Amino acid sequence: MIRGILIGVLALGVAGTAFWGYQEHREKNAILINAENNYQRAFHDLTYQVDLLNDKIGTTLAMNSRTSLSPALAEVWKITSEAHSDVGQLPLTLLPFNKTEEFLAKIGDFSYQTAIRDLEKEPLSDKEYAALKELYGQSADIQKELRNVQHTVLNNNLRWMDVELALATEEQPNDNTIIDGFKTVEKTVDGYGETDFGPTFVNMKKQDDGYKYLEGKDITKNEAKKIALKYSGFGNNANTQVTENGKGSDVGFFSVSVQDKKTKQEANMDITKKGGYPIWFILSREVKDAKISLNDASNKAVKFLKDNDFENLDLFESSQYDKMGVFTFVTNEDGVRIYPDAITVKVALDNGNIIGFSAEEYLRSHHTRDIPKPTITAAEARKEINPNVKIMDEGLAIIVNDLNEEVLCHEFYGTLGDDTYRIYINAETKVEEKIEKLQNAEPIFEDVV
Amino acid sequence: MNKRFIKILLILSVCIICVPLSMNEKTVDAFSNQVIQHGAVGDDVIELQSRLQYLGFYTGKIDGVFGWRTYWALRNFQYEFGLPIDGLAGQTTKNKLAKASKYNEQFVKEQINKGNKFSHYGGMDLNKQSAPNKTGGGGTTNKGGATGGNAAKAPAQQQAAPKAPANQPQQQAAPKAPANPPKQPTAANVPAGFSQNDIQLMANAVYGESRGEPYIGQVAVAAVILNRVDSASFPNTVSGVIFEPRAFTAVADGQIWLTPNEQAKEAVLDAINGYDPTGNAIYYFNPDTATSGWIWTRPQIKQIGKHIFCK
Repeated sequence: MIRGILIGVLALGVAGTAFWGYQEHREKNAILINAENNYQRAFHDLTYQVDLLNDKIGTTLAMNSRTSLSPALAEVWKITSEAHSDVGQLPLTLLPFNKTEEFLAKIGDFSYQTAIRDLEKEPLSDKEYAALKELYGQSADIQKELRNVQHTVLNNNLRWMDVELALATEEQPNDNTIIDGFKTVEKTVDGYGETDFGPTFVNMKKQDDGYKYLEGKDITKNEAKKIALKYSGFGNNANTQVTENGKGSDVGFFSVSVQDKKTKQEANMDITKKGGYPIWFILSREVKDAKISLNDASNKAVKFLKDNDFENLDLFESSQYDKMGVFTFVTNEDGVRIYPDAITVKVALDNGNIIGFSAEEYLRSHHTRDIPKPTITAAEARKEINPNVKIMDEGLAIIVNDLNEEVLCHEFYGTLGDDTYRIYINAETKVEEKIEKLQNAEPIFEDVV
Repeated sequence: MNKRFIKILLILSVCIICVPLSMNEKTVDAFSNQVIQHGAVGDDVIELQSRLQYLGFYTGKIDGVFGWRTYWALRNFQYEFGLPIDGLAGQTTKNKLAKASKYNEQFVKEQINKGNKFSHYGGMDLNKQSAPNKTGGGGTTNKGGATGGNAAKAPAQQQAAPKAPANQPQQQAAPKAPANPPKQPTAANVPAGFSQNDIQLMANAVYGESRGEPYIGQVAVAAVILNRVDSASFPNTVSGVIFEPRAFTAVADGQIWLTPNEQAKEAVLDAINGYDPTGNAIYYFNPDTATSGWIWTRPQIKQIGKHIFCK
């Protein structure tokens, strides 16, 4: 009797477990399939976009009318950005696939630049036309390789989950068809080398030429240590440690960390080897409740910059983040604001100490400039602005435009509806160089505690 | 007319001076001593916005963040009242503003605490200027609310205000009201181009990736995420970079969903504000746990904490 019941219970248990296990298995499969589908979508999307890209570049080549060329190039730009986003969704990070991505970015930048240009005034140069042609050929190659991979994937029912697994375990790193296929694509792109996109295009690459404007002699480790001690304000009772930059860096710098022996507070700082300029400085400590106002803090920041020989700076933006004030300064030369020369200073609002400082942008771009005289007046520039915008303030400024050139502009602050805009009209050509909608405060959502 | 106005001002200012005396511990003197400038956050900004709104200069939301709309409102006020137009609420400006306007702190704070939609224009029934935000439907009035009789009395005075000076400012009601600690501003500054959600997501990633690291190491991880957004070899959005499959271990093993601490958030803000301790690195790895041999081939820039940062 008891045995019967026991067997019954056990049987039920076994059946239950089996059922539960089956359920779990199914769920797991569903999730796996879901993930796989995402990869598949991204992959097929990518090949589709590359197809489209090739078609579009082809059509732009055939176009003569400027009015149709601009939208077509804009279209190319859009497609590259979508293709780019598809690549980002594939598990290829550990695979050297960045050449292809860079190639996509290059086409994107090129088409964007030419699309926003007034092709009526400044038509495509022969060089640019040749570049476009070359891009057409190269995109065709990539398209071919990708189609090849796509074909194998579809034919052999290959799964991206396996790619991920292969990359993760690295047990058999090189014998996955998809991985191989992508490696071929990469190799193809690699062979292109640097396409010559004409003079303006070279600038478009992220400027990474280090701190070319810096002056002064190289400093020693010991000098770097002294500079860091001065910035930290810890006095002499501190441990310091200086390390040199690694080989991968384009610029020479010393990293110094300073620790106050008493309070155990730590400050870190990078200093350029050449001239001993501070790149950034961060003091990490817990900031207590705000006691001083943002305005007091901004005065402290101004004084700090003056004490450290940063001159002719204008407070440009100030923001309070909880217990910290963050201030951005830009150079002001004879009433012209030079936006590329930016420095940020972070002040703790509990005691007004400087807890952060970053001069990276400033060091990269600050140099003596020949500022041209504006050839059009502010009143003339005003006429170029959308009449619905109510102008509140104006001035002169040097900004970096979309072509990565420094240009002298009339700067206008204006409001339209509830928003404030900063509008830059080129002071020589009347071109609307840039319009920025300024950030509004964002409501805090109720659920965020 | 002018004389009368001055009289009104005088009486008003007397009221304002007297109010603190009638309060218990909390002072509701017009503003604290600070000079209020663009970007500031807090009670003084709430008062500034309320007062500017009372006079009709400020038409935005009273949220306690000194943003652009507040800035232009303040400048317009300074222009109309013949003050130097600098967009800073210094002592003279604050005095003038306090004289010219009234501030029903209790009403404003109550509305903020309740999360209501409200405004604070002079010469209008305050009750008609508030509506519950969430329920959406129904009452424009708030009668018989938490403050009971006071709430009904205050608006009556408020309505009369433009005609005759209020002989009894509404602030007096405050001591009787339940002493709710005033909630902080209902909005926050965010760096251009980023939302609070972006910051939260990044803080999650930073915390998941580097919670055992020194502060500087956390700023560094955040900076790498941003460098990747800028880089041509990676997706162009923060979420794209973070969720790129196999890019971050914390995303792969779910540690990204741990609740980040304040420090991680601060590190993210630092990175967004331009601090890059890594020297433009776009990769980093922990040499003790790195499984990929490929990562060692990247040119290294420096080591921060346990992570090596490379190009």
